[in-house]
Amino acid sequence: MRRYFGRKLLIYLVTFFLAVTIDWLIPRLMPGDPIQNMLSRAALNANAAEVLYTYYTHAFQLDLPVWQQYLNFWNALFHGDLGISTYLFPTPVIRVIMDAVPYDLFLLLPAILLSWFAGNKFGAFAARTRRLDNTVLPIGYILTATPYMWLGILLAWVFGIVLRWFPIAGAYSYTMGPHLSWTFVGSVLQHWLLPFASLFLIFFGGWAIGMRNMIIYELEADYSHYLEALGAPRKLVRKYAFRNAILPQLTGLALQLGVIVAGALVTEVVFSYPGIGYLILAAIQNQDYFLVQGCFLFIIIGVLVANFLIDIAYVIVDPRTRRGMVGE
Amino acid sequence: MAKDADRKKRNEFLYFALRNNKLKIGALVVLLFVVLASVGPLLTEYSPRAYVGPLAAPPSSEFWFGTTTFGQDVFTQFVVGLRATFVVGAVGGGLATLIGMLVGFIAGYRGGMVDEGLNVLTNIVLVIPTFALLLIIAAYLKVRGIVTESVFIGFTAWPWAARAIRSQTLSLRSREFVDLARMSGMRPLRIIFTEIAPNMMSYLVMAFILQFGGAILIAATLDFIGLGPTTGMSLGLMMQYAVLWGALPLGIWWWFVPPGAAIAAIVGALYIMNVGLDEVFNPKLRET
Amino acid sequence: MSLRVEDLTVYYQTLRGDVRALECATFSLADGEIMGLAGESGCGKTTLANSLILLVPPMRHVAGRVLLDGRELPICDVEAMNRYRFKEISVIPQYAMNAMNPTRKIGRMAMELLRSRRIDAKRALPELERRLDLVELSHNVLKMYPIELSGGMKQRMVMVLSTLMDPSLLLADEITSALDVSTQKAVVKMLVGFRDREIVRSVIVITHDMSILYQIADSILIMYAGQLAEKGPTETIIHSPRHPYTKLLITSLPKVGVKHDETRLKGIPGKPPLLLDPPEGCRFRERCPVAFEACREVPPFLEIEPGHFVACWKETEPNA
Repeated sequence: MRRYFGRKLLIYLVTFFLAVTIDWLIPRLMPGDPIQNMLSRAALNANAAEVLYTYYTHAFQLDLPVWQQYLNFWNALFHGDLGISTYLFPTPVIRVIMDAVPYDLFLLLPAILLSWFAGNKFGAFAARTRRLDNTVLPIGYILTATPYMWLGILLAWVFGIVLRWFPIAGAYSYTMGPHLSWTFVGSVLQHWLLPFASLFLIFFGGWAIGMRNMIIYELEADYSHYLEALGAPRKLVRKYAFRNAILPQLTGLALQLGVIVAGALVTEVVFSYPGIGYLILAAIQNQDYFLVQGCFLFIIIGVLVANFLIDIAYVIVDPRTRRGMVGE
Repeated sequence: MAKDADRKKRNEFLYFALRNNKLKIGALVVLLFVVLASVGPLLTEYSPRAYVGPLAAPPSSEFWFGTTTFGQDVFTQFVVGLRATFVVGAVGGGLATLIGMLVGFIAGYRGGMVDEGLNVLTNIVLVIPTFALLLIIAAYLKVRGIVTESVFIGFTAWPWAARAIRSQTLSLRSREFVDLARMSGMRPLRIIFTEIAPNMMSYLVMAFILQFGGAILIAATLDFIGLGPTTGMSLGLMMQYAVLWGALPLGIWWWFVPPGAAIAAIVGALYIMNVGLDEVFNPKLRET
Repeated sequence: MSLRVEDLTVYYQTLRGDVRALECATFSLADGEIMGLAGESGCGKTTLANSLILLVPPMRHVAGRVLLDGRELPICDVEAMNRYRFKEISVIPQYAMNAMNPTRKIGRMAMELLRSRRIDAKRALPELERRLDLVELSHNVLKMYPIELSGGMKQRMVMVLSTLMDPSLLLADEITSALDVSTQKAVVKMLVGFRDREIVRSVIVITHDMSILYQIADSILIMYAGQLAEKGPTETIIHSPRHPYTKLLITSLPKVGVKHDETRLKGIPGKPPLLLDPPEGCRFRERCPVAFEACREVPPFLEIEPGHFVACWKETEPNA
């Protein structure tokens, strides 16, 4: 078992190393000069611009030789320093990201978890009778085929514009600043519902379909037939089938949770919700490549950690994988 | 002898294919949209971005899908965009399936170091946020066409196909008829093409359909956030413009409802087709 | 216990039509009898076994009935049959190697199964352990996952589980097919031991391996293409068979001590018919060396000697 995990860890580290290197290259491969871009937004006279250019180039370490910039990058990384944002200068990138993360968690965690539970239960339920299955199946597939931004727009239009039940922009009312009060909490929830719903529905479709397929597969397995032959009640057969069908769904869940740090980009754009997705777009549009680099780094780390945790969890949960580790 | 068995198998598939409701309905829906995409642009004399009508007018007999905030014909935008959607799906999805096939076959068949190496490659491509790449490309290529987008999608969406094809190859490889071919001294490439591939044909078709649908969804997202083609029209672009130019507060639903609905319908139909195909190819799943 | 099957006919429903897998099966099984059920792959052996215990779609009951101790078994009613399953009739399935839930420890699965059947699991545990001793399995298997057991161990575990409630009738489907010869011997000896200790009363042993049946069966029933061909005491079937198919089957078996460069190993030329649209009458007709016009009608399964049944016009009415 140790060798299995050791090898896996090695592969993850290699992948991490390569991915981070590529991430570091991003701002450096961009045409144009980020400092130039930043300065051009402030209307300065030529002399001031030149002085500031030298100053900032030094401040951002862009005057050092490339290999030294690379090493400094790794060094800073281990100190949790992701540089300074040019779009939101002088805020450090890590601060900007950390300000956005709570909104993503608040939006995505419930959406992913609730849709996982509800979708799996529903998918298992749909597999009970053929008739039910034939009505549920197309709905599930169409839901999972719906583009996120379209559902967001649709919900915003129907519930925000036509019915006027919910607002369609921001995380809380623009008239407030974050503070502890019921009105604030109420406002936050109001702004949260539509983006949450648009994510929840699509995720739900995906899980329901996945679970339905897995359950059918398990109900056709030999062990199900054996239990039936020994007269076990349908409840027991279904219980075993569900428990076995859920295993691959767990992998899927962990994968989705891993990408949580990437935010739900398009949905956040539609609802102007200040998560990381929205941040990335703003960074792109404002050519703040250090912010982009920082966000992507965050995402890379999140994905790799999540994947590694799934591998561990799967071994604990499915005894069949323990055998396979001895090697092929 | 083997040819007869093959023909029988194909006839059997055809027999069940023609009787499978999911396959028929799904294919019908996709076909409908393909017809619309081919014939549609001929039905309209306008070009997508021309200002031809009253501003923000609802659907009428003259402008079937109404007009945009600038007086552009939404129907024209829709059918032209539909074409682009299918092109991206076919080219992007096709490319992704091809690359996935190559990587998956080789990794699954060779095993060992080759497999490990390809696995690392797959992992890296999976982990790199594709937006990052797209950013760089978008910054360098100020003018982008639909082919660029398709190629980009093809080169970044293949890992899923590669993983699935690899595991299928692995399980097929250990089956008896492959061992037989190996023992009889067939060269590996020949084994892949004559023994494994035909058995995987059904799998590959299904993988392609999934990639096709996936490519359409990815393209819509990229277009929506402005990282798509800079020329032409697409369904995702329509939705971006609609949101950008106030279709929501102004209630111009005919601008943003059709494009997204079309995507949901097409991709949904493709998924359902896939389920039907699965039933055709796997006798166990067929309804009695 | 006594089992009587009368005219049992079961088809498989497929999109192309009905596969006539079992046609007019009629036979009896006495208390304590081990009957072998033999025939080529696809002749209907497993269909017969499944009809007795789990007749579910795509199987379809067409005709006939089954009487256990004089009472008719509700084989078509999946719910009603539950009363009999596991407690009166049990099965060691063909897929015994995969019959246990791979993600549950064996002991836990057994306890949950018992509890779900409203059997006191705690009280059954000591008996379970005694049975494990009988089949020479350590008690530790209860704490293991199926994947940790070898093929032979899984086979024996399923034997123990299936017979835990002392069923009157046990259906043993291909229990030796996937095992090596020495394990085969051990497993069949255990099976006979179960019968001798009255853990099970009667057994139907399904196999295509006649040598096993010669060792343990009291009587043998030969099937061909869904029809019963011959049934009789083991000695009679092996040494003086009357049905042409049985005769060819016996002679085609390799015999120990016979050198095959002197006498060639004979097979039976031809293939069994497809059961989607089988030929009229006796289905062995096309391969039979002594077939004649009467064979176009289905020969009845007649008792030509006490306890010896044959379905062949040549044997029952040679002058027709």
